[in-house]
Amino acid sequence: MSTFTIILVVLAIGLAGAFLGYRHSRALQAPAGVKPHSRPVYHASYVASWAIIPSLLLLAVWLIASPIVIESQVRGSFPEGVLAESQLTEDLAYGIVESLGNGLSVLPDDERATVTDEMPVKDLAALLRNRGLPVASASADWMVPLALDIDTMQFWSRLAMTVVVIALALAGAYWGYRQIAPRLRARNKVEGVVKGALIAASSIAIMTTIGIVFSMLFETIDFFSRISPAEFFFGTVWEPRFSAAGSTGNAGSFGFIPLLAGTLYISAVAMLIAVPIGLFAAIYMAEYADNRTRSVVKPLLEVLAGIPTIVYGFFALVTVGPFLRDLSAQISGIVTGDYASFIQAQSVLTAGLVMAIMLIPFVSSLSDDIITSVPQSLRDGSLGLGATRSETVKRVILPAALPGIVSALLLTASRAIGETMIVVLAAGVAANLTINPFDAMTTITVKIVAQLTGDLEFNSPQTLVAFALGMTLFVITLCLNVYALYIVRKYKEQYE
Amino acid sequence: MSDATANGIAATAAERKPRRDIGIGRRYAAERRFKAYGIIAIAIGLAFLVMLLTSIISKGYTAFWQTEIKVPITFTEKVLGTPEQAVKSQTKLLMANYPQLARDGLVQLLGISADDKKAVSAANGLISSGTRVTLRDMVMNDLSIIGTTEDVWLYASSELDSAMKGQYDLSVPENRRPISDLQLEYIDKLKSQGAIEERFNWGLFTFGASSRAETAGLGVAIIGSFYMMLIVLALALPIGVAASIYLEEFAPKNKFTDLIEVNINNLAAVPSIVFGLLGLAVFINWFGLPRSAPLVGGLVLTLMTLPTIIIATRAALRAVPPSIRWAALGLGASRTQTIFHHVLPLAAPGILTGTIIGLAQALGETAPLLLIGMVAFVADYPATPMEPATALPVQIYMWANEAERAFVERTSGAIIILLAFLAIMNLTAIFLRRRFERRW
Repeated sequence: MSTFTIILVVLAIGLAGAFLGYRHSRALQAPAGVKPHSRPVYHASYVASWAIIPSLLLLAVWLIASPIVIESQVRGSFPEGVLAESQLTEDLAYGIVESLGNGLSVLPDDERATVTDEMPVKDLAALLRNRGLPVASASADWMVPLALDIDTMQFWSRLAMTVVVIALALAGAYWGYRQIAPRLRARNKVEGVVKGALIAASSIAIMTTIGIVFSMLFETIDFFSRISPAEFFFGTVWEPRFSAAGSTGNAGSFGFIPLLAGTLYISAVAMLIAVPIGLFAAIYMAEYADNRTRSVVKPLLEVLAGIPTIVYGFFALVTVGPFLRDLSAQISGIVTGDYASFIQAQSVLTAGLVMAIMLIPFVSSLSDDIITSVPQSLRDGSLGLGATRSETVKRVILPAALPGIVSALLLTASRAIGETMIVVLAAGVAANLTINPFDAMTTITVKIVAQLTGDLEFNSPQTLVAFALGMTLFVITLCLNVYALYIVRKYKEQYE
Repeated sequence: MSDATANGIAATAAERKPRRDIGIGRRYAAERRFKAYGIIAIAIGLAFLVMLLTSIISKGYTAFWQTEIKVPITFTEKVLGTPEQAVKSQTKLLMANYPQLARDGLVQLLGISADDKKAVSAANGLISSGTRVTLRDMVMNDLSIIGTTEDVWLYASSELDSAMKGQYDLSVPENRRPISDLQLEYIDKLKSQGAIEERFNWGLFTFGASSRAETAGLGVAIIGSFYMMLIVLALALPIGVAASIYLEEFAPKNKFTDLIEVNINNLAAVPSIVFGLLGLAVFINWFGLPRSAPLVGGLVLTLMTLPTIIIATRAALRAVPPSIRWAALGLGASRTQTIFHHVLPLAAPGILTGTIIGLAQALGETAPLLLIGMVAFVADYPATPMEPATALPVQIYMWANEAERAFVERTSGAIIILLAFLAIMNLTAIFLRRRFERRW
């Protein structure tokens, strides 16, 4: 039975148990004479919890443990020659054996019966290929019996799992049902279960962070075992060469500096444009605009924040980039007489400009919130002393709001650094190290996308470098975010 | 007051002491400048919005129309075989030379001699190679059509389509544009016969991936995005609400809950591409889920949407006044009963609004989906969320990388569709907020 069917069966048992429990509990009330502690619906939920929770937990444990047990069994019986080889070869060999084993379960019964321990691997491969399952060329004859072992073990493991899990669900339902009695504190127990579920749900946030850190950490460590960290962090040339897995050829150079420079440069250009515009817009809306203007302009600006970044990327690619290129051609034509464009269609300026459009609403709505949260008394005091509004803003409100605004800018910067789709389409892929904003540069995010789209194998530095880049990106943005949130927290306390 | 007036009368204009210059004019000028900066900043922001939208819409609205040519097609037995043969074996029908039928029909329509190779090939360039599928489906659905002649609307090639929409500069020499003078002549002829028309482009919504612009559509992408939204809704809403209830109503103030809070706020600001790396490493590499599947995309987007939903739900729960809780507790309800029977229903509109906004964000997200392999050429509809599919924004990304002129139009059209979906979702959220929001 497939895992999905097993889950459905368990849920059905739980439902049936709940129904029976409900009836049982209703029947209980009258003759017993004592007032029952819990209402029937809690008794029903109690039975259902006993039926569903232990069996699904067992199912999860089984699904995780079974492949691990099978793998260690099979690896134990690898021939000596393979065990003597490197860990990598052993992993590859196990991958092939596993895919052979998985393929066996797809074969129809009559073909499956012809497969024996002595069958040469190329006959088996032919059978599998007929079913649309390619087999790696590195397969060898000794793998066939092991594949058969895997298939048998998987079959029995699945059968045993089905039986045990369903039996446990039935037993749980029975146990819960038997316990139904007027004095049973079913409500408290069910509420305990609910609370447990709530805690589990809120710990998913932590699990996600742990997942992010660990998933990238392992691959990053793997990467640094092949390429030294010094070469990565201080290298100035980015030129990964694609080579097959396991080959010892030159993997190319993975210099991180050009990517970091591009990322920071593009973000800086974007911030340089977005911050003044966003900040002035926020000041105007918080201090000058009447309610009607505010209620029209604020949502309109926030539309910019709701537009997906891929749309900005496309806008940069087909409108802004060509426009800047043609504009520069006109300018150089007027100045020098030579109509050669000095701004490339994909350039730091294009990407920065379009990213700035995306960032304006972030800056403005974050700063707007902060400026409006400055206490009215400060404003009144300053105006009462005869300051004009702009003087109040410059001398009183902005200094008071400064920590908040700084944290808003940090959050915006972190957003700019992590932005992907705009730079993928507008910044170019050439890892240049230049200070000319009219040239193409590339960013960390562009290279993550470039290294991970298309065919990939998980054990070449060309793929693993993406995780090292991602880890670096995560650490940079994490520092910015945590520091910004820390400032916001302190600032909030100040005015509360 | 009277003193002041008296003094004012007494002092003549010449005697009045010049007022000390406190720079009031300068200060007011600075004030006006400062205000003007604000207006300019807002104007720039709004101008960007207008430019963005006009650029996309002006490039994309034509994508909703597609040029089609009405061609009299003779379904000859010479090409297709007899209906009796077709009943026995479908291979002949599947492999038949349908483009020839279309070409013959067009040649007849234009009145070209079939021996004029150059003219025939020019005429053939006007119709899409996608006609094969159109005609095949017609014949396969109704075998009795064989041997008859029928007028069929066929898709025009993307070059003809672009020419009809005025996207080519026809004043440049013939060899520098994708459409020849002869073809232009044919177009005029077809126009005068009323056999060429721009019709609503249903294919844009139904077709899957294709390398030809006129038969490329968003069907698979829309289905893929739909599956992902379902998964996000089914996972992120219950988990997000549960987490918010715990944090807002039960959680004691301690290190653990503090850690969760910091985590949620931080996750909301983690770059989306990092979630893609997580999905690739955990869901695909570790759990062994299939690449390109909407299931994996949905899981990744769920993790990204959770912080948004949690933050919105907590705000909604906080907005329910404590008096409601006290009343319920006072009547003997347990804490769980209080929350599930009273607080949660009252907070529901706010939760729903937050969820819709979270879903809208998830719908427009591209970067993480690129990493989990949703950049795939998928021509067939996925039957389940485990089968390969693309998503709307990813399809836009893929089309944006196509060089052909007709794809720019399609991409813009796809963006208009995506933005329309987002606008509907956000307007629903605003409507719900206005309709059900309660001030206590």
